[in-house]
Amino acid sequence: MPVEVILPKVDMDMATGKIAKWHVKEGDAVKKGGLLFEIETDKAAMEIDAPSDGIIRNITAAEGAIVPVGHAVALIYQEGEAALAPVASQPLPPVKPIAPAPRPDAEQMAALPAASAFGRFPATPLARRLAREGGIALENIAGSGPRGRIAAMDVQAALAGPAVPQHVEPGNFDVIPVDGMRRTIAQRLTLSKQTIPHFYLTVNCDLTRLSEIRERLNAHAPRDAQKLPAWKLSINDFIIKAMASALNQVPDANVTWADEGIHRHRSCDVGVAVAVEGGLFTPVVRAAETKTLSQISKEMKDLAARARARKLLPAEYQGGTTAISNLGMYGIEQFTAIINPPHATILAVGAGMERFVPVNGLPVLRSQMTCTLSCDHRAVDGALGAQLLAAFRTFIEEPALMLA
Amino acid sequence: MTAPLRELTYAQAIQEALATAMDADERVFLMGEDIGVYGGAFQVTGDLVHRFGEDRVMDTPISELGAAGVAVGAALAGSRPILEFQFSDFATLAMEQIVNQAAKMRFMLGGKVSVPLVMRFPSGSGTGAAAQHSQSLEAWLAHVPGLKVVQPSTPHDAKGLLLAAIDDPDPVMVFEHKLLYKMKGEVPEDAYRIPIGKAVVRCEGRHVTIVATSIMVHRALEAADVLAGEGIEVEVIDLRTLRPLDTATIIESVKKTTRLACVYEGVKTLGIGAEISALIAESEAFDYLDAPILRLGGVDSPIPYNPVLEKAAVPQTPGIIEKVRNLVKGRI
Repeated sequence: MPVEVILPKVDMDMATGKIAKWHVKEGDAVKKGGLLFEIETDKAAMEIDAPSDGIIRNITAAEGAIVPVGHAVALIYQEGEAALAPVASQPLPPVKPIAPAPRPDAEQMAALPAASAFGRFPATPLARRLAREGGIALENIAGSGPRGRIAAMDVQAALAGPAVPQHVEPGNFDVIPVDGMRRTIAQRLTLSKQTIPHFYLTVNCDLTRLSEIRERLNAHAPRDAQKLPAWKLSINDFIIKAMASALNQVPDANVTWADEGIHRHRSCDVGVAVAVEGGLFTPVVRAAETKTLSQISKEMKDLAARARARKLLPAEYQGGTTAISNLGMYGIEQFTAIINPPHATILAVGAGMERFVPVNGLPVLRSQMTCTLSCDHRAVDGALGAQLLAAFRTFIEEPALMLA
Repeated sequence: MTAPLRELTYAQAIQEALATAMDADERVFLMGEDIGVYGGAFQVTGDLVHRFGEDRVMDTPISELGAAGVAVGAALAGSRPILEFQFSDFATLAMEQIVNQAAKMRFMLGGKVSVPLVMRFPSGSGTGAAAQHSQSLEAWLAHVPGLKVVQPSTPHDAKGLLLAAIDDPDPVMVFEHKLLYKMKGEVPEDAYRIPIGKAVVRCEGRHVTIVATSIMVHRALEAADVLAGEGIEVEVIDLRTLRPLDTATIIESVKKTTRLACVYEGVKTLGIGAEISALIAESEAFDYLDAPILRLGGVDSPIPYNPVLEKAAVPQTPGIIEKVRNLVKGRI
């Protein structure tokens, strides 16, 4: 029997992978452990090795194809072993559009649509009969069982109809293929918004002192031989540091919700949303409460650059208890963000703006920034969220406290 | 009017069936090694020799083939012999008479004769009796057309199935389980029969069917109890008869539950579970299956003497719970 080459699960949240590049072609001899192909997973790029020695044939997923985890993409035959009927003419079916209703369970999340690479959809006899009677093709059903097997409940879910109405008539639109990252964003944020009870707290932070200190720190940055400054701090670096300092001061808010109980974290790990082409990443600055502003600034520049190049390691975007989403550079005054599981909070940061504020009964022009904290009410109650946000504002308005 | 219910052990229920049949029909007699004064290897015949005399409770020499030949001849001549084997494993010694003679006579003589004999086989593992005294060979004999094979799991069925076997015009092989002899249960005093070829649903459920035999019925029921606490409703079918198989009861149950597990002590490979699986695969119930069929049977090994390995060689309750749970979990 030939050995199946399976698209492996290399990341916890991974549901599909895109074949980025094949390093072998049909009929090539391969060695166990030798490089076969590269995949672009939901978040990272990975190289996949051959599971055994032999001749590779029946490659069913071309470069660019998006393949569900656990799906066979080729077969490795022993020398002299007869190949199965060629299936090259049978394109890999597209990832099936109808998935069962999301469940709050990582394992279920991973059970994405699956179809056999060899044109057969694994399904139980009952599922086949129900699909036949319901007039629905198996390729339009996502299997939730082992190796993507379609069971009766999957057919029933599919027959009940997709959550979003499908366009049936050819319309005036283009279809943009959805890659693994986009699918993960869709799933995780849907899960978050559907299962996490969000509430929102908003404050205005005065930026006067922060701007002053920032200017002075940047002006006094030591310069190297090329006259380049050792740092160039951004407002966002202060926000990261302020958020970590606030979590450190209000440790009950430095939590994540878990089935076994609330996890109260010992270090203040702050995620920072980084927009990349086609989506976003949230790399995490670890133990930011212990780091200086210049350390945070340097680390953040590196993380953001590698996020845009999609070179982050899974460990660099997993974990944390909160995240910062800053849309100030687009002139957004105020917004609310969706919590990125497993975090308990997320801070939506608006643009720094000149506003008239009353000081001793007179309008005074001040630079302000509006921040909205989204909280997971399961882990963080209103008063606790308010303490966290108040502490954050204090650190922003009195940045010198971050030195204390 | 039903007789008041009393509790008897499985062994006592068998003895009561033997006495009832001998009282009712003088053609009925018992044969076997040490079944007279000694009372039988498992004390099933007990003191019947004192009640019915040595002509009707006959000790035989240590020759299973000889005794089986006598039984076949006596049955052909109009008697109703009941032959006890000390261990079902010794059926191997009597195969010629069982398979080539008893099972074939009615067919080879155009229905002009029948062979109304009963053979009783203490079987199964769990007593530390090692590889030659612990087997479950019921599927061997159930493979032979012309024989009927029953496997009572309770004292009630032990009596009722044995009386039905004695009535039956054809050779009936009764596989008793050694670990069940001391099990107590309600046994009516009257001479009731349990029909051969009828399975019984011991416990109703909606999510998965377990078809079990003999002692495995009790383990399946224990598993069903635990799984009920997890919201998994298990239907337990006690097969009771291996040949002829009650196909209708199994098919109807699987159509309802959509999942099937077969639990039996005989070696899994080529065993009764394979037959039941194939039955479902070939039947109208196929289109109702929502999970692969699961077989839990004895391992492919002689029964070990080591007590830990002996237990591990056949299905036990925790394993049944785990495997059946996996079959259903997350899918109801």
